[in-house]
Amino acid sequence: MNIPTYLLVIPFLPLASFIFTLLLGKRLGDKAHWPPIIAVLISFLCACYAFDQVLHGNHVNADLYTWFASAKFKASVGFLLDELTAVMLIVVTSISSLVHIYSVGYMHDDPGYYRFFSYLSLFTFSMLMLVLGNNFLQLYFGWEAVGLSSYLLIGFWYHKKSASDAGKKAFIVNRFGDFGFGLGIMVVFLVFGSVHYDTVFAHVHDVVGHTFNFMGFNFDVISLMAILLFCGAVGKSAQIPLHVWLPDAMEGPTPVSALIHAATMVTAGVFLVARCNPIFSLSPAAMNLVTIIGALTCFFAATIALVQVDIKRVIAYSTVSQLAYMFIGCGVGAYGTGIFHLYTHAYFKALLFLGAGSVIHAMSDEQDIRKMGGLKKYLPVTYFTFLMASLSISGIPPFAGFFSKDQILAEAFASHVAAGKFAWFVGTVVAAMTAFYSFRLIFLTFHGEFRGTEEQRKHLHESPLTMTIPLTLLALGALAAGWVGVPEVLGGENGWAHFLAPVVGHPEVHLSEFTEWVLMTISVAAGIGGIYLAYVMYMVKPEIPVELARKHPKLYDTLFNKYYVDEFYNATIVEPTITCGRKILRGITDGKIIEGVVNGVPGLIGKFSHVLAKLQNGRVQHYGGVMAVGAFILLWIFM
Amino acid sequence: MVHLSWYLTVSAMLFCIGVFGFLTRRNIIMMLLSIELMLNSVNLNLAAMSHYMEDLRGQVMVFFIIAVAAAEAAIGLGIVVTLFRNYRSVHTEDITKLKG
Amino acid sequence: MVQLLFFYFALVVIGLGLRIVTCKNPVHSVLLMLVLFFHMAGFYLLLNAEFLAAVQVIVYAGAILVLYLFVLFLVNLREEVKMSPFIEKGKWLGIVGAVALFITFLRGVMNFTLGPHGKYTIEKVQQLTHTKAMGEAIYTTYILPFEIAGILLLVAVIGGLALARKENKGA
Repeated sequence: MNIPTYLLVIPFLPLASFIFTLLLGKRLGDKAHWPPIIAVLISFLCACYAFDQVLHGNHVNADLYTWFASAKFKASVGFLLDELTAVMLIVVTSISSLVHIYSVGYMHDDPGYYRFFSYLSLFTFSMLMLVLGNNFLQLYFGWEAVGLSSYLLIGFWYHKKSASDAGKKAFIVNRFGDFGFGLGIMVVFLVFGSVHYDTVFAHVHDVVGHTFNFMGFNFDVISLMAILLFCGAVGKSAQIPLHVWLPDAMEGPTPVSALIHAATMVTAGVFLVARCNPIFSLSPAAMNLVTIIGALTCFFAATIALVQVDIKRVIAYSTVSQLAYMFIGCGVGAYGTGIFHLYTHAYFKALLFLGAGSVIHAMSDEQDIRKMGGLKKYLPVTYFTFLMASLSISGIPPFAGFFSKDQILAEAFASHVAAGKFAWFVGTVVAAMTAFYSFRLIFLTFHGEFRGTEEQRKHLHESPLTMTIPLTLLALGALAAGWVGVPEVLGGENGWAHFLAPVVGHPEVHLSEFTEWVLMTISVAAGIGGIYLAYVMYMVKPEIPVELARKHPKLYDTLFNKYYVDEFYNATIVEPTITCGRKILRGITDGKIIEGVVNGVPGLIGKFSHVLAKLQNGRVQHYGGVMAVGAFILLWIFM
Repeated sequence: MVHLSWYLTVSAMLFCIGVFGFLTRRNIIMMLLSIELMLNSVNLNLAAMSHYMEDLRGQVMVFFIIAVAAAEAAIGLGIVVTLFRNYRSVHTEDITKLKG
Repeated sequence: MVQLLFFYFALVVIGLGLRIVTCKNPVHSVLLMLVLFFHMAGFYLLLNAEFLAAVQVIVYAGAILVLYLFVLFLVNLREEVKMSPFIEKGKWLGIVGAVALFITFLRGVMNFTLGPHGKYTIEKVQQLTHTKAMGEAIYTTYILPFEIAGILLLVAVIGGLALARKENKGA
């Protein structure tokens, strides 16, 4: 086996920690966090080492264990270490470690303490298996496993109905996407005869133009594959129309939101598209689809975030919107840039969530920003790091978010994909909106007068060190993470793009320096404009938003109620399914058919046996008569 | 010359009469009597066969059958006596406790 | 001559048989049975089996029928003679069954072939006298069944005793 040990340690140590903590965590009580934290920190160190190996050109692509091989299909556990994997490993393990440390403080008094950490370890294992896989089947395994971990963690406080409902919703909505994803993998196998990445990507050029005949329609094979695989990404990364689970997932504890619903699990969709870039690049239809869905989701989620009042919901919609940016990047062919934004976003979004968690913790579990205000003097560290994250997300240089977002917009503008310019336009508008709602959140939460109750004011305190240290480290990331991808126009070497090029190729971007400077200025101006508008509307003249809401009630309500998408799905999908289940499945098939058979067969046997019982009436002559009949028949046959 | 088949026919007729009596009589003792009739027909059959095959085996069997019939009649009637003591009746339609 | 005797015996036996199974009064049936047994003995005589004829009369007519008569004393016969002797709905079924059985036997009788002959020819039996011939056969070849028949009779005696005893408390 030519898989180096450090690579095996990365996923399997968290797995061991999961099993260990789940079985023995109760006994460790307060100290239950030590095994998972040690495990994930070691994984992080090994991930750094792996990254170093990749920098030196040592790649790994080997199967660890073949589960079964039947005809052409080989199901195996394999590991692939290339540049893309290395980047994802660093992101996953670093954020996971910081969230683990943060959770020590945040989940301090929770009765399910050890369970939480065991689930965090399970999630880390699953995400790492997803990222390290060298075949689609392992990707799917990791995909489902992170879905499971997400369900367990969203519904962590399972006594709360809203939490367990949210967990179910996440899992079921994901299932819709996973259905398409599974079909996509099957098409891949049908076309290429294998599900291993190297085989598939090597032969993808051979099937350009081939068609797949299904029910009389001819589908272009590559587009079909790409679109089906993208279905999975839509589900997992909460794009339209499967975005509905992510806001509800905020029922879970805040560290969960930070880890899973900001930095790692939801980015699995982007990872999928980037990993399958050979397939996507050959299908203009798929790329357009990805770009358009990205653009639409971006706008959609940002508009909703403008009016939300729950601190976590604002950040959740912000996540959906930023994920859409990543898809825009991948959709226009700039896969490396999409991953770049994934990487920077992981840091500042996790920071935003953890900061929100700190605020919630201080406000005794209050999440409504209308009841907050003026917290910056009580929570200075939280405020400062939150501010850094918001500046990053608004695309203000020199923060990380500027470099990644700006690069996506530039490449969208310059791309050959038809929807590119549309995506650029939408992206720029949304950049302004992003800055606006992010700073709206800051102004309403940290500035102004405190609008909460006296009880809450008494408890306001800065969070303990276990929570503030991760915040600080993430803030460093939010500031500096982008510095590895400084574009040439600004004097950098764009090390990031060169690093990832062997895996994702170079986007064909030919922009004159002038165009690039113009685009950059536009995006920064959008960001600054958004911040200024928020300042005016919430600090200087706070009556403006109230007026606006009053003058356009319908618009406000639509935005506040998330465009009524949940209600729509409920009416068209959920209710009919439940009714169908009750009336048809429970009423007819279960009630009448199966019960009919299950009760009917014994009933029939009963009736039959009643008839037969008459044969035994206790009268000897009856028996004698039967014997005579039998003797008669036998004699007749044999004589 | 009396042919063997005549003996067999008589025996068959007697057997069938016995069967009829067994299946249709109401009194248990008459049922048992019909059984004796059947046994006699079998004896006749065996004796005739033995005579025409010039072998004594059939007649030896008749000898034993007569002995067994005696024993069986004794026991059967003993059972009837016990039944009568318990049910005060020897009619088959009154003795149906073993019905299923 | 033999044929005439045969027909006489056959007729009487069949007729008596029919009367026995249809008679209302059980005692009449038993007495008719007695006559029938005598005619069976006659059959045996026609078949050169005088020992069997004697045994038939002694055992059947002398012992078994007496037993039947004694048991008939025990039961109440007053209402018996007034009722129909047959079970309800049973008569025609019985007739059909018996006739069917008879036809089956006839089928067998008609396609019947005799097997190899043994060594006790009629002359030999007549010369030896039947009793001696039977004795020879029973006490040499068939001694085991003979002993078993003896034990069987012992069992029957004990069984009969046990069944017909009066119920003493706990005995």
